Amino acid sequence: MTSRPAAGGFFAAMAKRRPQLTAWLYLAAALALLITFTYVPVASMIWYSFTNWDGVSPDPQFVGWSNYGQLFSRPELFQVFFVSLYYLVASFVQIVLALYFAVVLSFSTWFRNLFKGVLFFPYLINGVAVAFIFLYFFRQGGTLDSVLAFFGVHTGQFWLGDPDWVNVSLSGVSVWRFLGLNFVLFLGAIQSIPQELHEAASLDGASRWQVFRHIIAPGIKPVLSLSVILAISGSLSVFEIPYIMTGGSGESLTFVIQTVKLAFQFNKMGLASAAAVVLLAMVLLITWLQRRLVPEERTDLT
Amino acid sequence: MSRLMKYLSLIAAAVVVLLPLVTIFLTSLKTPEEMAGGQTLALPRDWTNFSNYRTAFDKGNMLPAFANTAIILLFSISGTILIGTMAAYAIDRFRFRFRKLVVSLFLVATLVPGVTTQVATFQVVDALGLFNTRWAPILLYMGTDIVAIYIFLQFMRGIPVSLDEAARIDGASSFKIYRSVILPLLKPAIATVVIIKGITVYNDFYIPFLYMPSEDLGVISTSLFRFKGPFGAHWEVISAGAILVILPTLVIFLALQRFIYNGFTAGATK
Repeated sequence: MTSRPAAGGFFAAMAKRRPQLTAWLYLAAALALLITFTYVPVASMIWYSFTNWDGVSPDPQFVGWSNYGQLFSRPELFQVFFVSLYYLVASFVQIVLALYFAVVLSFSTWFRNLFKGVLFFPYLINGVAVAFIFLYFFRQGGTLDSVLAFFGVHTGQFWLGDPDWVNVSLSGVSVWRFLGLNFVLFLGAIQSIPQELHEAASLDGASRWQVFRHIIAPGIKPVLSLSVILAISGSLSVFEIPYIMTGGSGESLTFVIQTVKLAFQFNKMGLASAAAVVLLAMVLLITWLQRRLVPEERTDLT
Repeated sequence: MSRLMKYLSLIAAAVVVLLPLVTIFLTSLKTPEEMAGGQTLALPRDWTNFSNYRTAFDKGNMLPAFANTAIILLFSISGTILIGTMAAYAIDRFRFRFRKLVVSLFLVATLVPGVTTQVATFQVVDALGLFNTRWAPILLYMGTDIVAIYIFLQFMRGIPVSLDEAARIDGASSFKIYRSVILPLLKPAIATVVIIKGITVYNDFYIPFLYMPSEDLGVISTSLFRFKGPFGAHWEVISAGAILVILPTLVIFLALQRFIYNGFTAGATK
């Protein structure tokens, strides 16, 4: 008999806790997927990076920091970082161009929507199609050579075969493909600046440069810092375009292509994981730096 | 002068964007003989020569590729919406222990670039027996879309809690509230997610390439990629294949322009 109140208390407590339980039920699927496909891989990747695992053998050996040591001491593994620099420079060119076109198109312009659409559309095109389009563009006697020949320029240049040119050509493709996103982000930010500010500025007789410097620039700061982050992490994780266009051969080998090849072609799962951990750490570090340097005014999510 | 500069720069940019696309289109209409002539910029002799498209479509297995892409799109988008709206509902409308921890788990995950973890994700997918099945991309697309959860979450904040309470007083269960109050009001956010997710999944190459090497499971990206071998020298067929892949994107873009701009802006700045 004495257990009755206790049992009643238990059920009352359960009833009180039910909203708790219900919340977890709604979260279950999302959390299960998040843990299975993000946190488990990250954790196991860190573990593999300290082993010599080949991807199949049942018992990998613990090797300490040796994979990381190799990564930074073998020049042929290290050189992929220099390839990233090409893409990094290209993405800054891309940001500047996108900013220019966003500012230009934020003023009234003939065929404004047409220009906007044309600049943005490449971003939506399938990456494999983009790669084929530019294989044709850069091949001998292809689009680029024909246009140059039209202007009387005959270079005979191997745009994708010449080690000095291949990364320039490939990062050019990346500018062509991704400029549209930066551009639309900038344009959206500029257009969300209150019209009164523009009017006040023109009443005060501000020049275009002054309008840009004091009204547009502060308005796009958050998007600009986001673009810089995307540029840096993007140039470290280039994969698709060079993989399809050159197979990552020779000078065009990027960090991610190298990692994928180490893991799936050469069965060096441990070394590949160490490379992936380094890349992840760099991206997290850069993001953290950005959050520190450019404090956000956005409302937080909690 | 500055006006002239402005239009000149815009026209130059438009030419740079369009020229590679236009030449591919012209090439797709040429015969092998015309190709042999080597005039890349020449117009095709017969503007209705669609034989390359037929070759690309039949020999390039484009029909099964479009079917596979459609299946994956259907499942991964509806899964993302269902899972994402439910998660956002729990986070925004319930108070529970470890809520902050859960939110930060999602937040930190947005910082992890997908390409970096594939080496290890591959082992997980393999261990679950999903390698070389359509479930691998479907689950990965559903599981890695944290941006969608954020879009839902942000939108859900704008839905007054008084609506939930009114329904609760009428005796509605929490699921009923989700189903008939929240979900219908989330429609604009759902539309945004459908658009960004749809285009991202349609264009993705890495995941199907890594997880579905079997030729029967080719999606449009991987099937187009396989053109490289058999059609290696036949640029007119490869071009036709590329145009076939781009065409649906172009149609969607022209029809839904405004939603697409807004969607990608919301997705990137989340």
